[in-house]
Amino acid sequence: MNLFISDLVQRFPVRAEAGKPAGTATILDHLSLVTGDISALVLIGPSGGGKSTLLRILAGLDSPVSGRAAFDGVPLPRDEAGLRIYRRTVGTVFQAYNLFPHLTAMENLLLPLVHVHGLSEQDARERVRLPLERFRLAEHAHKRPAELSGGQKQRIAILRALVVQPRRLFLDEPTSALDPEMRAEVLEMIAEVRAEGGQFILVTHEMAFARRVADEVAFIADGRVLAAGPATTFFDAPTDPAVCRFLSLTLST
Amino acid sequence: MPRWLAHVIVVAVFIAAVIVAFSRVHYAWNWMAVWEYRQKFLQGWLVTVALSLASLVMSVFVGAMAAVMLRSRHAIVEAAARVYVEIIRGTPLLVQLLIGFYVVATAIGLENRYIAGVLLLSLFSGAYMAEIFRGGLEAIPRGQIDSARAIGLTPWQALRLVVLPQAVRLVLPPVAGQLVSLVKDSSLLSVIAISEFTLNAQEVNSFTYSTLESYVPLAVGYLLLTLPLSALARWLEHRFRYEAA
Repeated sequence: MNLFISDLVQRFPVRAEAGKPAGTATILDHLSLVTGDISALVLIGPSGGGKSTLLRILAGLDSPVSGRAAFDGVPLPRDEAGLRIYRRTVGTVFQAYNLFPHLTAMENLLLPLVHVHGLSEQDARERVRLPLERFRLAEHAHKRPAELSGGQKQRIAILRALVVQPRRLFLDEPTSALDPEMRAEVLEMIAEVRAEGGQFILVTHEMAFARRVADEVAFIADGRVLAAGPATTFFDAPTDPAVCRFLSLTLST
Repeated sequence: MPRWLAHVIVVAVFIAAVIVAFSRVHYAWNWMAVWEYRQKFLQGWLVTVALSLASLVMSVFVGAMAAVMLRSRHAIVEAAARVYVEIIRGTPLLVQLLIGFYVVATAIGLENRYIAGVLLLSLFSGAYMAEIFRGGLEAIPRGQIDSARAIGLTPWQALRLVVLPQAVRLVLPPVAGQLVSLVKDSSLLSVIAISEFTLNAQEVNSFTYSTLESYVPLAVGYLLLTLPLSALARWLEHRFRYEAA
């Protein structure tokens, strides 16, 4: 994918709090980013810097106040109807899994296939059978999310995004809510997606993993891209002082 | 101890206490006088069943509409729903029925007191339903909507497949309680001369001067309606049960 982002601005209304009047907070401040033809882009940076906000726009969940974004020369739709059609061609995975708690893991996987992509129930079951086995989730398919571990929930969520055969995945801190052991199983799954040529944009605080899977990395803080480039040069020879500080802090913990 | 046995024991103790209380007042029971009017009780009870069922369905409908309006982005729509809910919940049903029937229904030429009664009762109960439904909808985490949108569901599909199944489970217990209240509140329809269960019992009392013999069957008759309703609600609750993730 070639990603082209120009002058993206996103603002949210802020409620009045003690001492501060209501107003707007600028989350993305004329953010621009251009990548080469890559498979995996990783967004890193401090919390509240705008990574997730950017990802939500790229995933078609929110519309920016102004600016442009395009994948492979095709601009993102601006209206909700167009965005809905766009969202059907991509997959999004959230930090909090967001599986549907009233449905079993299997039903969670079938729902988009049947109700969005028009497969028959039988075809949909056939479509998910092999992926479930492959990621060792078949034995958990009949369980509701409450009966699954965090890692299993997140892997089902990734699978739910994958089985519709999306053009690319958007992963928003998919391991931040997990303990280290479960983190590894989820990261392993993402690495496998990468190995099979799947495209994704990943927001993460896992620097070692970022370095392993990323083709390019963008460092986002204060609503702007402070540094971006190929993963190897980015991690091995960082030039921007803010990036150096961030990397030394995260690598030391 | 099995649950059914515990229920039997508690009910037995309750009945014994009631019998003791009644025996203390040295009341001269005269069931024969009331028995003659059994048809009147039955008719009244059936009218109450019909009124309750109609109001039950309609109040759910009214409540759902008002709940959607309460969440509206349009200030006027939201304000209209809010004013409706607060006025209904803040004033006695008795006053609503009297003004609603003798003033409003008369003004708009609605003369059938049964239809007017059902409408007024549904508007009353609908206000409480609206707040229950609103609470249920707002309890669904934001992430569920995100997820529904992310997989490409339309807003209507998201409501039908994701939000409602979860909200129904949350609102079932309070809705069941509200429906039980509704059945009993239908007794106030007697003030606009609808000859339902309570009014008929009052009439039997005035014919026979057998107060307790008229009102004890009234209590039993309402229980015959409300207990199955509660049982149905518990069964539904069980069916919709799942642990929150």
